[in-house]
Amino acid sequence: MATAVPMATRIPVRISVNGTEYAAEVEPRLLLVHFLRDNLGLTGTHVGCDTSQCGACVVYLDGKSVKSCTVLTVQADGGEVQTIEGLAKDGVYDPVQQGFWEMHGLQCGYCTPGMIMSAHSLLQRTPNPSEEEIRHALEGNLCRCTGYQNIVKAIQYAANQMSGAGVSGNGSGAGTHNPQDVGDWKGELAGEST
Amino acid sequence: MVLSRYVGAEVRRKEDPRLITGTSMYVDDLRLPGMAHVGIVRSPYPHARITGIDKSAALAMPGVLAVIDGEDLAEFCGPLEAGNAEGGSGEQADYEHLEQGALGTPQVWPLARGVVRYVGEAVAAVVAESRYQAEDAIEEVVVDYDELPNVTSPEEAMADGAPRLYEANPNNVGARWDRIVGDVGAAFTGAPVVARARIRSQRLSGVPMETRAVAAAPDPLNQGLTVWTSTQAPHWNRNSIAEALGLPTTRVRCIAPEVGGGFGVKIGAYQEDFIVSAIAYRMQRPAKWIETRSESFLATHHGRDQWADVEIAGEADGTIRGLKMRVVQDLGSHPKGTDLAELTGRMSCGCYEVPALEFKSYGVYTNTMAVGAYRGAGRPEAAYYVERAIDLLADAAGLDPVEVRRKNFIAPFAAGHVTTAGEKYDTGDYDKALSRALELVDYAGLRRRQAELRAQGRYLGIGLASYVEICGFGPYESATVRVEPNGDVTLYSGISPHGQGQETTFAQLAADHIGADFEKVIFNHGDTLNTPQGNGTMGSRGLAVGGGALMISLNKIQNRAKQIAAHLLEAAVEDIELGDGRYRVRGVPGEGMSLAEIADASYGGDLPQEFEAGLESTDYFRPEDETFPFGTHVAVVEVFPDTGEVKLNRYLSVDDCGVIISPLLVRGQVHGGLAQGIGQALFEEITYGENGELLSGTLNDYAIPRAWAFPPFETHHTETPTYLNLLGAKGIGEAATIGSTPATANAVIDALEPWGITHLDVPMTAEKVWRAIQEGGGTQAAAAD
Repeated sequence: MATAVPMATRIPVRISVNGTEYAAEVEPRLLLVHFLRDNLGLTGTHVGCDTSQCGACVVYLDGKSVKSCTVLTVQADGGEVQTIEGLAKDGVYDPVQQGFWEMHGLQCGYCTPGMIMSAHSLLQRTPNPSEEEIRHALEGNLCRCTGYQNIVKAIQYAANQMSGAGVSGNGSGAGTHNPQDVGDWKGELAGEST
Repeated sequence: MVLSRYVGAEVRRKEDPRLITGTSMYVDDLRLPGMAHVGIVRSPYPHARITGIDKSAALAMPGVLAVIDGEDLAEFCGPLEAGNAEGGSGEQADYEHLEQGALGTPQVWPLARGVVRYVGEAVAAVVAESRYQAEDAIEEVVVDYDELPNVTSPEEAMADGAPRLYEANPNNVGARWDRIVGDVGAAFTGAPVVARARIRSQRLSGVPMETRAVAAAPDPLNQGLTVWTSTQAPHWNRNSIAEALGLPTTRVRCIAPEVGGGFGVKIGAYQEDFIVSAIAYRMQRPAKWIETRSESFLATHHGRDQWADVEIAGEADGTIRGLKMRVVQDLGSHPKGTDLAELTGRMSCGCYEVPALEFKSYGVYTNTMAVGAYRGAGRPEAAYYVERAIDLLADAAGLDPVEVRRKNFIAPFAAGHVTTAGEKYDTGDYDKALSRALELVDYAGLRRRQAELRAQGRYLGIGLASYVEICGFGPYESATVRVEPNGDVTLYSGISPHGQGQETTFAQLAADHIGADFEKVIFNHGDTLNTPQGNGTMGSRGLAVGGGALMISLNKIQNRAKQIAAHLLEAAVEDIELGDGRYRVRGVPGEGMSLAEIADASYGGDLPQEFEAGLESTDYFRPEDETFPFGTHVAVVEVFPDTGEVKLNRYLSVDDCGVIISPLLVRGQVHGGLAQGIGQALFEEITYGENGELLSGTLNDYAIPRAWAFPPFETHHTETPTYLNLLGAKGIGEAATIGSTPATANAVIDALEPWGITHLDVPMTAEKVWRAIQEGGGTQAAAAD
């Protein structure tokens, strides 16, 4: 196969991941997600598709959430990466992680690291998002297990924790949400009665 | 009576800490020294004869270790055993095939030999040092094909003279299941109301977020293999792989590590399980294959894909006189779902008294990916047809759909009811769920609101579905309860959860029923080395059957613990009770023994000889029959005629899954089930082009729902226990999927009533709805006199 850069060519990179500096020589085509998983053994970042739709691979690169399947490792040269493995501090979960646990925001867990990183990024930008803002902010993250409902609650839990308001209980409440426009239907949402 | 502390409580999952920190292990996270990477060369043609494979260029590529084709592999790996291919839909392990069933048993090889029958069929395997090298080399394997005529439509495939996939299957028919009861002709002749529709339950992809993945390594301890595979039933894969490789079962260990979702499409050993296992065994080095998402759309089995001609006859008051269904099931290219139409037939009466039934089904091979189990497997199709038929009947008779449902419900029953389709339901109270749903959703208020809005030119639709389905398939499930010498408890089972949360549920049960410390309980599953025989997790059987087995073991352990406590406390066994986690003498609070103290005695040397040493039990549960959860769902949508867009405004579910052990997890199952069922109603479809090419081959083309698609689900329950297991639990994994497709579809059609539209096929995309409106109600259903 004719390629502009011979595949044997390797390019030196220095990348900080979760606070540790790594130096490596990589193929120019090596995806950041594969560098994290295969070179560094940080397998918490997952790959769920090959067209940048699913968001299982979301990490922070220089403070911005990116899909690491769509970033070349060489593009991250000199950058700072944070992955799911770097989110808990001193054994204490980040409020977003805690929220996913408290609110049953995951089932199979495969989308969870990317989902948590995207949610974390949302709360950095928008500390108190509405339900609608949360649902739209998750546009780039697919989950097949949860129907997203408890992911929304997990993010609301985290938002409350981070703003100091706190939330009690573990998922029994319906959470706060603005009833959507039910054709101007003002009937009270009945919530959950399990 | 055991004091209940954990059962019924909102308990955070024990699984989660490893998952929210990214520290668990899915197959692709496994790294072994010298691990080779396998890439698969796939057919670009739907039907072709392989005339030559040139491996030389690929073999010359950097890092390439081997290129293997079907003939190479056949020297050391057998075909997919018929039982596996068919049992790949698995849930049929104990189906009573009536006079019909699977017809002919096409032989399927892990790598194609001679002929390919679908786009994406595995033709050759490339083994390389790295995954990138394997992917590069795939491009260099040159395969020559002679194209053969192909057929991708099952109706066309059944026609005389159609291209035939297998010699053993004339007209490509691979399965039949019919059921004709009562005088169907009389039921329809002279019926005041008859309604009919051709209803499509489209082809879907399961799309677990983790694609399939297989790794295998020679195992020096068993002189065979250890295989890590993302599957729902590791014992089945172990048995299949051992047979294909000609190894004793004892030399294959199969592990389902963390599995990122299944939904039915990870049932049964796939071609790649055999390919990777054979490579690792033959080359005596670890090997791994990770499916890409694009490969997954091509080569992980699809679900649904039926065409149904449905006719219902009724009295003027909505009473059902008779029901006819002719179902054509697209089986795809090889047998994985030969039982799907049978399952549809078994549930073809739904919640209703049907005096006369004619159900005919045909499973047909086509040049497409195989169709197998997907969340519900045959039952969602049945519920969809029946619930559409009820609405068609209501529409034709000018009655409210609630009234027609109530008119025909099977009366409440608590000790079994045999339907016209021949299925024995266990317990049911269908009006209870319907009434609760109507009350919670304020059905009358919704109808008023709908009328108000319609006067303003806005189109609200209200859809109902009352479903019943089959859960808890056997033939058996297993459990081991091991109380360790210090009282810690380890559980094992043959179920293989992959998101369902039984590590938590089972620990709840162990805490309440033997006094185990919930936090310390570990439930091991998914490893054939240390678990008893099992049938995995599918068909909503984890709790109803696996939990049923666990309860047998827990009860035995509790009884033995009581005997030991009685001996040590010098009391009668009948006077020992378990309360607050302690075994104590009834009426003597504050004393008694912990499980740890009892375990210490059981493993110690001081008990009399009549006490068996140790505190462990392995038990198998063979349910005498399946369970039948039910419920009623209500969907409220608004349709925007200018664009055809459908907005789901409200969704309320009342599910009855029997006794609920873990409310938090049940809600989670309902939420996810709703998302998938609504996904079928509004978004998802696998489509093939005229030349057999897959048109919906990426997540860019196949629309699984995103977070914005849903309002907050309102989930509720009634509770009608089953008598078939010790828990009274029926199963909840598939229920919400089964109820939500018809409820959502009925809501959209209700909104389209002003245009005279009485049926529209799912998925009800904006384009489809818009076109139907433009065609002025060009309806596919016809109401006759």
